[in-house]
Amino acid sequence: MAQAQQAADARAAAQSRVRLELLTELVRKDLKVKYKNSALGFIWSLANPLLYLAVFTLVFDKLLNNGVKAFPVLFMSGFLVWNFFNLATMSGTGSVVGNANLVRKVRFPRVVLPLSSVGFAGVHFLLQLGVLLIVLALFYRDAFGSQLVLLVPALAVVAVFATAMALLASALNVRYRDVEHLLEVILLAWFWLTPIVYPVTFVRDRLADQPWLFRLYMANPMTGVVTAMQRAIYVHPVAGGRPILPAGGYGFYLFWLGVGGAIALVLLAAGWWTFRRLQADFAEEL
Amino acid sequence: MAAPTIVAAGVGKRFLLHHKRATSLKERLLLHRQSSSEGFWALQDVSLEIGAGQTVGLIGPNGSGKSTLLKVLSGILAPTTGTVEVRGRIASLLELGAGFNGELTGRENVYLNAAILGLSRRETQRSFDDIVAFAELEPFIDNQVKHYSSGQYVRLGFAVAVHVSPDILLVDEVLAVGDESFQRKCLDKIAEFQQRGCTILFVTHALDLVPRICSRGVVLDHGQVLHDGDPVEAAERLRSLLGTGADQSGRGALPADRPRLAGRRLFDPATGLHKGHFRGGEAMAVDVDLTGPAGASAAVRVAVTGPADVPLWVMDSDPATLGPDGTATVRFGVKELPQIKGIYALALALRDPATGVTYDARRIGEAFLAVGDTASGILEVAWSADQIETPGEEERDRAAGDRGRSQL
Repeated sequence: MAQAQQAADARAAAQSRVRLELLTELVRKDLKVKYKNSALGFIWSLANPLLYLAVFTLVFDKLLNNGVKAFPVLFMSGFLVWNFFNLATMSGTGSVVGNANLVRKVRFPRVVLPLSSVGFAGVHFLLQLGVLLIVLALFYRDAFGSQLVLLVPALAVVAVFATAMALLASALNVRYRDVEHLLEVILLAWFWLTPIVYPVTFVRDRLADQPWLFRLYMANPMTGVVTAMQRAIYVHPVAGGRPILPAGGYGFYLFWLGVGGAIALVLLAAGWWTFRRLQADFAEEL
Repeated sequence: MAAPTIVAAGVGKRFLLHHKRATSLKERLLLHRQSSSEGFWALQDVSLEIGAGQTVGLIGPNGSGKSTLLKVLSGILAPTTGTVEVRGRIASLLELGAGFNGELTGRENVYLNAAILGLSRRETQRSFDDIVAFAELEPFIDNQVKHYSSGQYVRLGFAVAVHVSPDILLVDEVLAVGDESFQRKCLDKIAEFQQRGCTILFVTHALDLVPRICSRGVVLDHGQVLHDGDPVEAAERLRSLLGTGADQSGRGALPADRPRLAGRRLFDPATGLHKGHFRGGEAMAVDVDLTGPAGASAAVRVAVTGPADVPLWVMDSDPATLGPDGTATVRFGVKELPQIKGIYALALALRDPATGVTYDARRIGEAFLAVGDTASGILEVAWSADQIETPGEEERDRAAGDRGRSQL
């Protein structure tokens, strides 16, 4: 009898705990739905970084020539990770509202919805990063060296940060649908405040006499992540006689990754707490 | 009694009224002061203890809080007051196929839905064939669900839900969907669960079903437990509450400040003359008279029940406003009665248009008669019977397999 009771409790727990199996099943669903009716399916996502590389090489290296050596590589090393952050945050924001039917009718841990959005964006990102590295292996050998270890802390920080954003925004979006629209604008501004299209040294030099303002600029977790990605893949602090990246060693990048990571963890705690607090009312508000 | 699997203590659920809820930041700022002041209690002080293996029928008028209670017990809604404790895996059949994705195939949806309901992939694999067989969808399981008929969709939803081997089954009127054979299958499945010692709580409007399969009946009204005990008594309590029972003495207790049903009149819309019997295909009209305080408004519902107590259709009016003399009349018209012979019953109900609370309800047991000879059945069906050429012995054997012919 006690055993039966325990088994029943275990089965009850399986319905309220976050299970990896449920997460993978949801990510798999999102991927399947996205590519269901397209002939080339997944190839589109993979081709995406290649097309960007081709266009940017044509525009910036051949036509405009902004003087930054191998600019497309610099751009892509920051842009892909930004895309991950952007996709995870935006699809995470709509994840609870978008699954209203499920939330109103079925008992399951709601938190898997934003988490699976992050997982969905993560799968895309890792595949695209893989494609980028393969292409670079052909045209940009500089990328391959010990500096690639910077990818590990950089990806860890952006994963935590994106999860925090998805949790926070998805919960708030249930009550205030403005969040989704607001975030779209914020992310656009945020994109330009992050050194993706321009080298971070431009900002450093412009703010040379206001070092605290530059530190504030660097405290943006995405700036820490993007510059670390650039150091890992683009590699060169100085290229073609121009300073591109702020430091040659890893210390600078690790420091700002640490700052960004701390901010991300605080935000994650806030997101988790907010989600837990608001989720009881989800079924009612939808 | 075995240890309780569901314990609800003093459960109350308050909903904020819709027009008071802020859905954007702007509204939130404007409504800030009053937003949490008003509410509607869908459940009040509900305490229930349901032991393992019990089958409980949950009945009550529309808007009495049955569905809300199921949602609170299944953990979808959080109670405003009180606590809910549940032991075991819950399968809540609140809506069949909730969470199906139309773009995915039946197979993919089974795995997805089972994962959401708490099953591991291996467990799903083990019962996959049973699920498909139960839903009778073998040939279509790899089709996209968006191409399924509504019957197929519901069958698959039910099949997944009952194959997660639940300890507790919460059923919300899902037995009302699907055809007869599917309903029978559902009832068989419920009987199987009963034998296995599963706890079942189900909401139904089919009052005759309650004494038949439940060991206990709970009547809810305005969010409160009115009766908890014998299922036959529970059904009778509700009938008298709805004014559909033999004894209607309880009706005098209706508060005078609400609209009430005053009368009804069945007639032929062509002649305007009263009529008690119609033919299939004929037109029919019903006038429903209301009385109450001038200016009050109420929505009228007429539910038509056919022979053998089968609910046939429901007609809902827009809110009617009572005139200065405190009366109003709503006319319902039926263009063509169905070709079903026998005695029809009408259930009339008056409801608050905003909250859906029932003001008054009455059932007219033998409202009218659809005439015809019922000795050959109640349904008029166009049919034929012809002698066909008999094939040879050998050929017949071969054809039997092909055409699904079986020996009598």
